[in-house]
Order: sequence, then C-alpha cells, then structure tokens
Amino acid sequence: MTIFVEGVHKRYGNKPALAGLDLEVPSGTVQAVLGPNGAGKTTAVRVMSTLLRPDAGTVRVAGHDARTDAAAVRSRIGLLGQHAALDEELDGRQNLEMFGRLYHLGARRAGQRADELLDRFGLADTGRKPVKQYSGGMRRRLDLAASLITDPEVLFLDEPTTGLDPRGRAEVWGAVRSLVGGGTTVLLTTQYLEEADQLADRIALVDGGRVAAEGTADELKSLVGADRIVVVLRDPDRLAEAAALLPDPVVTTDPPTLGFPVRDRMEGLALTLRALEGAGIEAADLAVRRPTLDEVFLHLTDGPDGPHGPGGPGGSGGAARAGRADRTEVSA
Amino acid sequence: MSAAAWVVSDSWTMTRRELAHWARQPVQVVVGLVFPVMMLLMFGFLVGGGRGVDGEYVEFLVPGMLVLTMAFGLESTMTAVTQDLGKGVIDRFRAMPMSSSAVLVGRSAADMLQSAVGLAVLAGVGLLLGWRWHGSAGAALTAFALLLLLRFAMLWIGIYLGMVAGRPELVQAVQILVWPVGFLSNAFASPASMPGWLGAVVEWNPMSATATAVRDLFGNPAAASSSWAFDHAGLLAVGWPLLLLAVFFPLAAGRFRGLSR
Repeated sequence: MTIFVEGVHKRYGNKPALAGLDLEVPSGTVQAVLGPNGAGKTTAVRVMSTLLRPDAGTVRVAGHDARTDAAAVRSRIGLLGQHAALDEELDGRQNLEMFGRLYHLGARRAGQRADELLDRFGLADTGRKPVKQYSGGMRRRLDLAASLITDPEVLFLDEPTTGLDPRGRAEVWGAVRSLVGGGTTVLLTTQYLEEADQLADRIALVDGGRVAAEGTADELKSLVGADRIVVVLRDPDRLAEAAALLPDPVVTTDPPTLGFPVRDRMEGLALTLRALEGAGIEAADLAVRRPTLDEVFLHLTDGPDGPHGPGGPGGSGGAARAGRADRTEVSA
Repeated sequence: MSAAAWVVSDSWTMTRRELAHWARQPVQVVVGLVFPVMMLLMFGFLVGGGRGVDGEYVEFLVPGMLVLTMAFGLESTMTAVTQDLGKGVIDRFRAMPMSSSAVLVGRSAADMLQSAVGLAVLAGVGLLLGWRWHGSAGAALTAFALLLLLRFAMLWIGIYLGMVAGRPELVQAVQILVWPVGFLSNAFASPASMPGWLGAVVEWNPMSATATAVRDLFGNPAAASSSWAFDHAGLLAVGWPLLLLAVFFPLAAGRFRGLSR
C-alpha cells in the first residue's frame, strides 16, 4: 500500500476532525475522498502530507511513517492544497525556481525544471507575470506544477477544482489524468461526485471524520440497493397490460415507461424480455439503470438518523431514498 | 551537503525570495525608507527643539530616530509573517523536505538587511542635516551594532506576534500600541522634562536604554538623568534585547513548530 492510514484520530480543541480514519491506497491508483464540508477531508490530507500530527493512529506514505519520518515522506510527496500555495508577488517562473531550490535540485536544475513545467502546463507565455495577475485556472495549474517539481510518488490534491469555472476544471482534470499514466499514486478530495466518478479508481465516502463507505463507484452504487430496469414501450396503449406482467413497476406515461428494481440485473433483463415477448408488446428501449453516486452520497451521509455504515442500507431511511430515486428517474 | 549546509542554503533561498519581493515593489521599499526620514525632518524642523536637551537638537534627535526606526521594524516583520501565513505558501514550505527553520531564518535575514539599509539612509540624511559622531569609528560601529541588536529583538517579537495574530487585520491593533511605546522613550525628549512617574517609565523603556547608549558612543548630547537606568544604559542596551530574545525567540520557534498541532 502506498498510502496506509489506520485508526487516525485528530481533534481541534473539543471538536473531533478525524475519528478513526482508515484508508489504504495501492500504488499507481487514484483514490477519491468524497464528503461534505466539515467531513474531515482537509484534515486527512494535512495529516497524510505531514502538515498535521495525528493524535493517534498510523499514517504511512510511500513506505515511511508520517509522524516519525516526516522528512522522508516530504521528499516523496507533492501537495496541492485547497488554497493556492504560491508566492503571489513573484512570477510563475520565480515560484517554481524557488521551490526547485528548496527541493534541493540545485540552482541550474531548478531553473531548467521551472521552464519544463511552465511549458507542460501551458504557462510559458505568462511565466514572467506576477502570480497575483493570474486567473484562477492558471494559478491552479502553476500550483499543480509546483507540486510536481520532483515527480513525486504520491500526489495529494485537496479539492483541486473547487472555485474553478468549467474550463479550469477540465484543465485540472486533464492534468491529473496525464499523471496517472505515469504511475503516480493520487489521492484527491472533492465535494463533487462527478469528479470522483470521472477521475478515481476507488472512492472513500467520508463523513464525521471516518470512512462511511469505500469501494469502486460501482460497488458504492450497489450499496444503495438494487439496479433498476427501465422499459420504454412503443405503444402507450399497452402500458397497463405491460405493468400487470412486471413486478411492482413505477409507471409514467410520457414517454410510456415502466421502471422496477431487480436484485440481479441479468435475471431482471431476461424476465422483462420474456414477459414482453410472450404478450407481444414491443419495447422501444430497455436499460438497466444503476443508482447515481448522488444517491449513494445522500444515503450514506444525509440520513435522518445519522450516517449508515457500509452494508447498512435498508430500513425506513432506505425506503425514503428509494422514493427519491423514483422521482429522479421520472424526470430523466 | 550536510544538514547544516542545507539550513544555510535554504535560508539563503528564502532571503532571496524577500529580495525578489523588493525588486517587484520598489515604490513600497522607497516609501519604507522615506518614512523615517520624514519623521526626522518633521520632528527636527516642524515640531522643533526637544525639551530638556542641551546642544544642537539634531545631534540629540538623530540617534533617537535611529532607535525608533529599529523599534517600528516590528510592524513590517509582523505584517510579512501574517501575510505569509494567510496565503498558504507556508504550507507548501512545510510539506517540502527543506529545512523548516529556513522559513524563519530567511525572514530574519531579509528584515535585518532591510533595517541595515534603513539605518544607512537615515544616518546619511542625518549627516546632511548636521548630525555627526564625535567618537572613534569603532565606537560608532558599536553604536550601529547596538541598534541592530534592538532590531533583532523586535524582529522575533514581530514573528511571534505575527503568528499569534494570524490575520493582517490584527496587525493594525499592534501598530496602535507600538507607537505610544515608541514615543514613551527618550527618543525625542529628555525624561527630566516629564512628570516623575512618566519619566520613570521612559527611563526603563528598552528603547531609551539603546538611545542613551548610542548617544554616548556617538558623542551626542544625552537625555541627562541621575537614574540607575541612565547610568547603566550600556548594560541595559545589551541586556534588554537579549532578555526580549530569550523570551520571544523560543516562543516564536515553538509557535512555528506548533503549526503542525
């Protein structure tokens, strides 16, 4: 495991920020840490990047203990914090060169590296402008470039696209994707489900300072419960007839659609096809729809009786969520 | 390179960063240098002669202004520290494998350099106005060393207060306090001319000790007094800054390490 976090606690005064955080990230993968504001995402990144000492627990990054061997960790990580960690008064090149020197590249190499990175992040033309004149997206790219001066083994990105316009977001996403090809292990925090879905191999849902659920996007979606089969009929007049053949469907008329949950998607598809074919009802469209990450997110973090643990869907909370899912589907 | 060599190298990189800031903001640098000169001219010519001072007022005033400039350096240090902390760039430094003390060492080296330049400019204007040192060159250099020692103590108070304040807005509150403390010294007037209780406060102000010691070394007229503090001004001019350093250097260093708490 390139990142190994176990039982980490951290409190600020009386307020717990992390309450037993566990996380394992294999080498060369992208791990998203997803959660609402105040869930402990930033604290987690600060602990993993040696900026904060945990009160308890184990944090190992790139094979070194973040508490006892912070220097070794620091020389193997890059950090993109929530706020641009740049010197606003200096220009882009001066920033990169300064950080390069502080990474002990030597004066000449630091200068070369600064030029390479400016080039790579499309900042070569603006490298001589003070950072305070940069746009948000440019600043973020320069910040990211600064995190990559030493080609780190592990890259921490704390809400890398918060506050960026769609174009800036696309720029950062592109940069992150190009890194992953190079074998860098990336841990990114985000409030955006789409971002986690787009960039990450695995997603940890964090709430109240601990991981509420962890897995691939698909695994998390299946936590909320069943896949749904959605059938659109060619002939609206046969809607009632079709509804009688299928188990407990939600019916909408425009377009003529039937939707119902299934435990096994293949079985559900086969059942639907057989039933419709037997009655001679023609389908215009047939799809299996998985719950969206939004539904997972709400289900696990926003429950009326607090967050549910992994594998704990169901009960009254689960029923309420299913109702919400139906509404989403009808409008879609 | 050894660890110690990296501390020096990293500190130099951090100092260069400050020098690059000056190159980016020449106007601000000039204003910073001109301000004490304007104060000197204002007190020398507008406000007029100090009370209870024998001899040429400019001979008395210039050392006082040199001391005051060192003391007010606290504000610029504090402002720079809060700005750095507010901008997150410190986080990047702290997450890098650089020597962590370099952040503070670089800050102090740059501020000391700036103060040395400030001293030279103010002393130069003083010379133009007729101020002279009458003792040996060695004595004059000792006087400048005492001034920079005071500045060094103020520097670490500034670093500590900057980290405690955390926000640039709170710097203003300290500025409001620094001025009366600066003026409650013998920089402009002799404590002998003040009410007894106020005179006593002024006598024991660390800035008064440095001013008296420096005037003595320059051979300039003194804010004469018969107090113990006046008689031992040389001792106090060394002792006060060392005492302040003994308190605020560990506080500042501890506060910096405490950023990871």
